[in-house]
Amino acid sequence: MKKWIAGAAMALTAMSGAAFADGHGDYPERPLLLMVSYGAGGATDFQARIVTMTAGNEDALGMPIAILNRPGAGGRVGWNWFATEAEADGYTLGAYNIPHFIAQSIEGGVEYSTESFEPIANWGADPAVFVVPTDSGFQSMADVVAYATENPGGLTFSGAGLFVGHHIAALQLEQAAGVELAYIPNNAGGAGAMRAVIAGEVLGGVNNLSDAFRAQEAGNVRILGVFDLERNDFLPDVPTMIEQGYDIDNASVNFRGVMVPAGTPQEVIDHLAAIVPTMFENGRVASRMEAGGSPMHIMTRDEVLEMWAARQETLEALLADLDN
Amino acid sequence: MDFIFYMGDVFTPVNFALLLLGTVGGLILGATPGLSPTMAVALLIPFTFQLEPQQGLILLGAAYTSTVAGGAVSAILLKIPGAPANIATTLDGHTMALNGQGAKALQVSFLASAVGGIFGVLLLIFLTPVLAQWALAFGPSHLFWLAILGVTVIGTLDSSSVVKGLLSGCIGLWLATIGFDDIMGAQRFIFHSSLSGGINVIPALIGLFAIPQVITMLTKGRKDSGAEVITVQRHPIGAAFREVFSRLRALSIGTAVGSIIGLIPGVGGQIAGLVAYDQSKKFSSESEKFGKGHPEGVIAAESANNAMVGPSLVPLLTLSIPGSPTAAVLLGGLLIHGIFPGPDLFMNYPAVAWTFIDSMLIGQILMCIFGLFIAGLAAKVARVPHAVMAAIVLALAVFGSYSVQNSMGDVYVMATLGLAMYFLERFGFSAAPLVLGLILGPIAEANFIQGSMIANATVGLGPYFFTGALNWLLIAIVVVSIGYSVWMELRQRRYTTKDDAVAKEESLT
Repeated sequence: MKKWIAGAAMALTAMSGAAFADGHGDYPERPLLLMVSYGAGGATDFQARIVTMTAGNEDALGMPIAILNRPGAGGRVGWNWFATEAEADGYTLGAYNIPHFIAQSIEGGVEYSTESFEPIANWGADPAVFVVPTDSGFQSMADVVAYATENPGGLTFSGAGLFVGHHIAALQLEQAAGVELAYIPNNAGGAGAMRAVIAGEVLGGVNNLSDAFRAQEAGNVRILGVFDLERNDFLPDVPTMIEQGYDIDNASVNFRGVMVPAGTPQEVIDHLAAIVPTMFENGRVASRMEAGGSPMHIMTRDEVLEMWAARQETLEALLADLDN
Repeated sequence: MDFIFYMGDVFTPVNFALLLLGTVGGLILGATPGLSPTMAVALLIPFTFQLEPQQGLILLGAAYTSTVAGGAVSAILLKIPGAPANIATTLDGHTMALNGQGAKALQVSFLASAVGGIFGVLLLIFLTPVLAQWALAFGPSHLFWLAILGVTVIGTLDSSSVVKGLLSGCIGLWLATIGFDDIMGAQRFIFHSSLSGGINVIPALIGLFAIPQVITMLTKGRKDSGAEVITVQRHPIGAAFREVFSRLRALSIGTAVGSIIGLIPGVGGQIAGLVAYDQSKKFSSESEKFGKGHPEGVIAAESANNAMVGPSLVPLLTLSIPGSPTAAVLLGGLLIHGIFPGPDLFMNYPAVAWTFIDSMLIGQILMCIFGLFIAGLAAKVARVPHAVMAAIVLALAVFGSYSVQNSMGDVYVMATLGLAMYFLERFGFSAAPLVLGLILGPIAEANFIQGSMIANATVGLGPYFFTGALNWLLIAIVVVSIGYSVWMELRQRRYTTKDDAVAKEESLT
């Protein structure tokens, strides 16, 4: 019996060895995992489930992708795990959030940086927007900045926390308008930050475009500006910050996409980089994403690599100012 | 009366089948330690991709309602709360089970759940616009005072000693600081990578309650191999009805407290059960019976945690802001079908919104019927020999802690806390205040920091935390609560004789 088991084990090793030897021709031969570093039901998790639902199709990967949630500490727990413990065999994928993980790696105390991961493709981009309660006197960003100039440090506005897109947007606004603001990070994330605005606990807030769009539709807030290079299809009437005279680029836009740990075989990366963007383009995915109010923005591996590098540079400069 | 108009939709064959499935499935998921309502609903979301929006929401609503009630099963029979909402249920429920009244405890708990739950959903149906304003009234300063009110409960939760209760509450508050802090992202007390995400409440809950149980069972098994088997008294359902409705005070306190606390975003059902338990203990004429297997304890706790279900959806359905983690998951379930909650939800999608609410109402009743049906059977769990039971509970504890975040680190946390709790229990400390500290710590801290940031930018600390009717109301309740505890402690001390003290010491060793 023992011999038999040993023999079987040897045969199995030989087989898998052979599979690796001939250049991952059969990859993937079993279902894949996609690690999401936020809890089930959050925006990242929700979108990850939608964009991966067609993975099992023959024209896609031919194998389903299962979602694995590893939430905690604003995503740090999941990304730490992904950088240090996830196997780089192509069967463990991860979802990234830019600028979150880059900002956290610059801040320090985590075990990852852009070097630890290899991007595959980007599926979504959710810009930050500036919102005020419907009954607020602020009609444009100029009103907000005027108030902040009169009351230095007195303009309270909420956001989802420190070292996330909202915080980056807040820092950019302070810098571009040359004013001192009181950014109040919320412990309950974007939803908590939005609640603070609607309840009038703060004078304004930075929030996700998708959530702010819903809140505006519900008549609870007014959106004054978009922290992006161009106007958004969901909000064609809302001007960007640049249009309103503030030199703010798209560094705070929350990009979401798929990555693998560094050290994954190049053939696997190439295979995924070719297939995954087509998976995102599937009509069923697009209609679900649109129904959920989640803006899509598909980017290939090369475009994402470029975006990561650009972001790294901007954020280093921005956060260096913060330390002084 | 739109909700009556759409009631028929609940009873179409497919919808009703889904409602049954959600209810029974929810009860089973809820009774499994570690599978909190949030997890259960999140697990079901992918299944709703294939369903119509109306059907998907019926499934999710039914699952939400019945997982909350299902958590009572393991709380009563195994002393492992299925979710934080069920902590208070263990206090009297498990003692009742040990006294052979497991069937009665379960029946009472399901009936109380149904009464609380139906009241909560009715509030959701009739008072949503009014309640939405109330949900927004609680800002950082009010949530801070509310958390402090919770802290005052800590001392009295433990029936043996106020000092030991406060001490274990402090341990809980300290444990809550571990990990990256919520607002500034500072690292605190992270000595091992398992702790970098902080201590998650569910694994802590399982460890603190289940592991001491397992160790005790194992040690008993060694002492005498034919470990004593608890007889399970049969308990007619009619008697359970009379029991619940004769204890109207506990029932109404539980329902009221649950409804109010459920409405406040960010506090949710985690503390509703404990606060209701504490309040009904303070108001009861038989407060000395609490903790020793008093049905009122079960009634208050369970009616409160189910009453919170309906109101907890008010901020979501009217303002599109999820007030609790479970509501956030439900929001995902709505969005995936292109339904945006908000004030016009009931006008744009009446068939979806009202059917969802109706199904929660019917779900409460179905949940109660199934619960009563399984109560007698489930109570037989107490007859399982200790050695077998210990193995089953241990396996469930490991499975439950792992499944929360798919993390072995949580299992280590669970085991470590459990082992420590076993020794703490030997010295008369109990787990409930500790968990309450763990839950309240982050609420108090985050709201204090947020409040002080706003205050420093605007009116200043003093005026921010000490002006406004709601602040003063909460401060007044805090003062009354502390005063009452001190008075009770002094009165009890006067009547405690040396013999009582000796007997108490002996019972612990």
